[in-house]
Amino acid sequence: VYSWRDILINKEADPFSIIHLFSFFSWDETHFGKMGSYYINRTFFFDVHPPLGKMLIGLAGYLSGYDGTFPFQKPGDRYEHHNYIGMRGFCAFLGSCLVPFAYLTVLELSKSLSAALLAASILIFDTGCITLSQYILLDPILMFFLMGAVLSMVKYNSYADRPFSAPWWFWLSLTGVNLAGAIGVKFVGLFVVLLVGLNTVYDLWELLGDLSLSLVTLGKHLLARVFCLILLPLALYTAQFAVHFAVLNKSGPGDGFFSSAFQSRLIGNNLHNVSVPEHLAYGSVITMKNLRMAGGYLHSHWHLYPEGVGARQQQVTAYLHKDLNNLWVIKKHDSNTDHLDPSHYVEFVRHGDVIRLEHKETSRNLHSHQHEAPMTRKHFQVTGYGINGTGDANDFWRIEVVGMKAGKRIKVLRSQIRLTHLATGCILGSSGKTLPKWGWEQVEVTCTPYVKETPNALWNVEDHINPKLPNISLDVLKPSFPEILLESHMVMIRGNSGLKPKENEVTSKPWHWPINYQGLRFSGVNETDFRVYLLGNPVVWWLNLVTIGLYLLMATCAIVAMKRGVQLTAELKELSEVLLHSGGKIMLGWLLHYLPFFMMGRVLYFHHYFPAMLFSSMLTGITWDTLLKFCAGCLSCSLGRRVYTYGTLALMLLIVYSFYLFHPLSYGMVGPMASDPNSPMAGLRWLESWEF
Amino acid sequence: MLGFLKQPVVVSAEINVNLVALTVMGLVNRLWALSYPQAVVFDEVYYGQFVSLYMKRIFFVDDSGPPFGHMLLAFGGYLGGFDGNFLWNRIGAEYSMNVPVWSLRLLPAVTGALCVPLAYQILVELHFSHCAAFGAALLILFENSLITQSRLMLLESVLIFFILLAILSYLKFYNLQKCSPFTAGWWFWLLLTGVACSCAVGVKYMGLFTYMLLLAIAGVHSWHLIGDQTLSNVSVLCHLLARGLALVVIPVAMYLSFFYVHLTLLYRSGPHDQIMSSAFQASLEGGLARITQGQPLEVAYGSQITLRNVLGKPMPCWLHSHKNTYPIRYENGRGSSHQQQVTCYPFKDVNNWWIVKDPGMQQLVVSNPPRPVRHGHIVQLVHGITTRYLNTHDVAAPLSPHSQEISCYIDYNISMPTQNLWRVEIVNRESDTDVWKTILSEVRFVHVNTSAVLKLSGASLPEWGYRQLEIIGEKLSKGYHQSKLWNVEEHRYGKSQEQKEREVELHSPTQADMSKNLSFMARFTELQWKILTLKNEDTEHKYSSSPLDWITMDTNIAYWFHSISGAQIHLIGNVLTWASANVATLVYVCLFVWYLLRRRRNICDIPEDTWRRWVSAGGLCVGGWAVNYLPFFMMEKTLFLYHYLPALTFQILLIPAVLQHLTDHLCRSQLPKNAFSALIVAWFSSIYLVYRTFSPLTYGEPTLSAAELRALRWKDSWDILIRKH
Repeated sequence: VYSWRDILINKEADPFSIIHLFSFFSWDETHFGKMGSYYINRTFFFDVHPPLGKMLIGLAGYLSGYDGTFPFQKPGDRYEHHNYIGMRGFCAFLGSCLVPFAYLTVLELSKSLSAALLAASILIFDTGCITLSQYILLDPILMFFLMGAVLSMVKYNSYADRPFSAPWWFWLSLTGVNLAGAIGVKFVGLFVVLLVGLNTVYDLWELLGDLSLSLVTLGKHLLARVFCLILLPLALYTAQFAVHFAVLNKSGPGDGFFSSAFQSRLIGNNLHNVSVPEHLAYGSVITMKNLRMAGGYLHSHWHLYPEGVGARQQQVTAYLHKDLNNLWVIKKHDSNTDHLDPSHYVEFVRHGDVIRLEHKETSRNLHSHQHEAPMTRKHFQVTGYGINGTGDANDFWRIEVVGMKAGKRIKVLRSQIRLTHLATGCILGSSGKTLPKWGWEQVEVTCTPYVKETPNALWNVEDHINPKLPNISLDVLKPSFPEILLESHMVMIRGNSGLKPKENEVTSKPWHWPINYQGLRFSGVNETDFRVYLLGNPVVWWLNLVTIGLYLLMATCAIVAMKRGVQLTAELKELSEVLLHSGGKIMLGWLLHYLPFFMMGRVLYFHHYFPAMLFSSMLTGITWDTLLKFCAGCLSCSLGRRVYTYGTLALMLLIVYSFYLFHPLSYGMVGPMASDPNSPMAGLRWLESWEF
Repeated sequence: MLGFLKQPVVVSAEINVNLVALTVMGLVNRLWALSYPQAVVFDEVYYGQFVSLYMKRIFFVDDSGPPFGHMLLAFGGYLGGFDGNFLWNRIGAEYSMNVPVWSLRLLPAVTGALCVPLAYQILVELHFSHCAAFGAALLILFENSLITQSRLMLLESVLIFFILLAILSYLKFYNLQKCSPFTAGWWFWLLLTGVACSCAVGVKYMGLFTYMLLLAIAGVHSWHLIGDQTLSNVSVLCHLLARGLALVVIPVAMYLSFFYVHLTLLYRSGPHDQIMSSAFQASLEGGLARITQGQPLEVAYGSQITLRNVLGKPMPCWLHSHKNTYPIRYENGRGSSHQQQVTCYPFKDVNNWWIVKDPGMQQLVVSNPPRPVRHGHIVQLVHGITTRYLNTHDVAAPLSPHSQEISCYIDYNISMPTQNLWRVEIVNRESDTDVWKTILSEVRFVHVNTSAVLKLSGASLPEWGYRQLEIIGEKLSKGYHQSKLWNVEEHRYGKSQEQKEREVELHSPTQADMSKNLSFMARFTELQWKILTLKNEDTEHKYSSSPLDWITMDTNIAYWFHSISGAQIHLIGNVLTWASANVATLVYVCLFVWYLLRRRRNICDIPEDTWRRWVSAGGLCVGGWAVNYLPFFMMEKTLFLYHYLPALTFQILLIPAVLQHLTDHLCRSQLPKNAFSALIVAWFSSIYLVYRTFSPLTYGEPTLSAAELRALRWKDSWDILIRKH
């Protein structure tokens, strides 16, 4: 373990040396930098990823004196006087930790120094890894925890001969901690959980087959793993959400995604310490929120349903954001009098009343009829109909409250309301399906003929404006922590599945990634700009790609030879052991971090491949080392040693030289594009799809 | 020499009465009153149109699967003498006299019936008792959903038949492996496995799941073979090669041959031509071929051309322009250049014609000899009818503000210069000096001044653009995308100097000089790609359901309803069988895990061969159920209850296996054994009763009254149609 310190220092020097050059920010920094600021300002926001990564960024910013005031509006803005070095430095530090982690993991797996050095040097000299870790992004944080989990898993496996010893416990629980970190940053962390899970199952299976162990010992083994790899990560994961909710206590841009009860926790939200008229009255202006998880507000706007989608009337949708078009006026079904006229007395809406809901902006009535709904064909379409409140009998709805007797008044926020369509007997609900482009990708609202008691078909009144009624402060039911936790997960999952690529949009495909087909432009477009381009070092990546093929070939040979009962020398046996067991673990990691992307429907980016790339690099180290050792073993002693040394050296030099060629990709290029012979990158645009 | 005469000639035949009886019962049960109802039932409306198209030899593309299944159905129609003249437009429409309903439905019914003896054989080959095997066959026989599905012109029963056949032949092959490898019978069953697999995949892509399962099982068995050190290296290699040939090479070849027959049969152009590339269309009789036959191959300066976007999504369209201009201000307040609109138009029109012009010369006709346009040349594109030049400039496009507007240039004298030079880049060129070819070349137009690329954005313009598709110039062109590629479809060498003459020329049909043919592989690749990538717009159906509803059968599908008598056919399963199948799976998994853990601790509850039988039965049945069911959770297409039927079949096969295991190994003395047998008999009779109860909904007769129908609605979520009086 003598050289890892050098490597660490070496690597540290890399990204840090340049950070201060980019005083403007780039690409996704708009996102995560802004979220870091939100933590500092304690405003609530919504993101599709779990909070840990952004919390750490926020913390780093806070500690380094960033005040959270930079607006992060569009890529390319300058930071000016804002103190961003802390956040970038934090990410860069985590990014540089990947190198020692990879080094230690490979060393532990292969017991070979040159394999470990090879793997580490690949990571040091890969332009992609460097670029990705010099900005305020989630990826370096994710990869840090991921590699940490792999390293500690490998470590605790190596203490298998001394179970329940202190280092064994240490590494086992560290694995759990890292797992919690990995899923806490991005859901992609689930793949490493899967890897550790499979490894543990294999481990337990081996222990089970060991008849010298008593059932009690087995039980202890099982419990230790359940505790450290399941309960501990779960607790930490939950804890980080607790911190997240505790820190973000002010109303912000993310409110509308959550239920009314959730919003009442946030300072500054109109539901916090709310004071509204308590009982619903005719003439009140209200917003209605669907009770399903991540359900939206009942919404309508001036657009019609397109031709061929039911009747061509005004669209009614569910919309997640607060908006003037969410406002509806409750009217009596049979009269169009203005209830706000001071001469009228206040009349309350009661359970079982027949009402009409008029959309405030467009003066159309909530309407349903026996046409198929746009997405859920079994349901009826809901539209806005009529002019200035004059419609037909299909605009009448019976308002009912769950679990209440007829004649009772209806309460704001707390009453769970069901709207039954009078003519067809169907119930107003939100299906949760996203409408296509014509519906502005808002959520479908239908009238379901199946009378079921689901939250989809229940609503509550959120805003309530009626100047004639006195405002009363309500002690709204504050949701419990498990409820908040569940709800925020539902919202995240919905948000993730909503990230669909648009039609005709050129998106990155998983098969592009390992061949380094196309990079991502981080900043700078024109010739005069300072350009940074996320692209792997092509020599390294293609070496990795070839190695995967090579590994499969070697592993097949080894395993068939063993199965056929070929007598192997002790040396060869050891080599094939390393190849099959250690290499197999890494290979499995690569597969788990790569294959699932082929089945994902969401928008994919090049940087999604980097976790898999880490495994691929470690595999390269192990495989080439094994191959060289095997070659050396076939030759005579001195010649063999020379082949081994020179082979390793040649690989290293190749990697270093290619880094020298491509380093401007990550440290920035100025000047003409690579297609121009005067450019510093001239002649290096080996694939036409690279854009630098 | 004549020694054989000394012995009497003896033909001994062995008849398994069980098998015969099951086959007959299956046939009776599936074929009874097959041509009732004389009306289009459910998806017959979908498959029927393809049968008609086969009868008329008209080309079509169906994204639901490969063509073998459709061909089988069409074969039934061919035998019945169907002429293809029926309008498949509505479920419930009465069949006219010329539709041979019985023979159209015969093939699915017979394959459905044959599943019954197949189930019997499979359990026998898995070394279960004849009694258990008979039970499995009876369960399949009395499964209402399988009966409904096989009595109509649908493909699931054919698929299930081929799946079961593949499984059976593999088991037969495997059982022969131990005693007599490389004999005729061994080869026969091995080859049959491959053939049945490719047929299953050819009927529906769902067949792939079972094929993969069989490949995995064969892989495990081969692995054991490799480990068998009594075999020599050469014989192991022979074994592996034989399996590779039968299970990989032959299925691929068969799959290709389905497409070969499909493309040979369908040689006429038809309704789906537009989806295919121009080259493909030109290979069909009629349609585009009639127009493009014989047009000049090389595009030259002065050529008159129509340009088709290669992507073909959201619909195939041609580069188009017309007299109308972009509105000065759009609805959202942004301004435009107010120049002539350029769009992509999905119909053939005289306004789709463009003339390729050399920027250095004035003439719009082809010189003699023609000067062909090559990769990298700079051209101007002149709109034929309005003689305006294709132009782009730094003005935001109407719907895609990040891209440039494309217009036909009108000089308003407001210091907005013409920028109408385009570089032709042939993407599929072989060398850098390639000539731009009609139909074959895929071309990218790069704007010389701004290096924007001519692209179809896919959005459709509002009213002012007549809902035609938007064309944009993409500034930051990222990589290869088909929406940026164009090919010349119609083409002729322009001869008219004057505008008036030219208009007449543009209106006239193109001349014919040459023809071209695509190879089979090129046609296959394109068709296969289209089948896999074509997306149906229809996102949901009234009777669609989610996979979770299937295990408990919380959903059903109303297949057919007679509006006067109220007779109806439903896809609804035998509830008891479905429930028992679920219980059997659960019991199997629990017992399996229990045995497995105990064996690992060297405690053997059951003998070794019973254990092996238990594992192979589970691997096949539970594995078959899982591979045919679980992938649906990841699919985004519209799903129906009938997608579950292959998985259900596997699950049903597991029931008798589990029952036999329970009787043999868990009931230790005679008394519980007898009691258990009595229970099984009672259970079987209730299955039969349920089958009888629901058979009016399965066969569509007799007609039930509203009260009887209401009594059949055992679950609230079932959609049984009850007329209101």
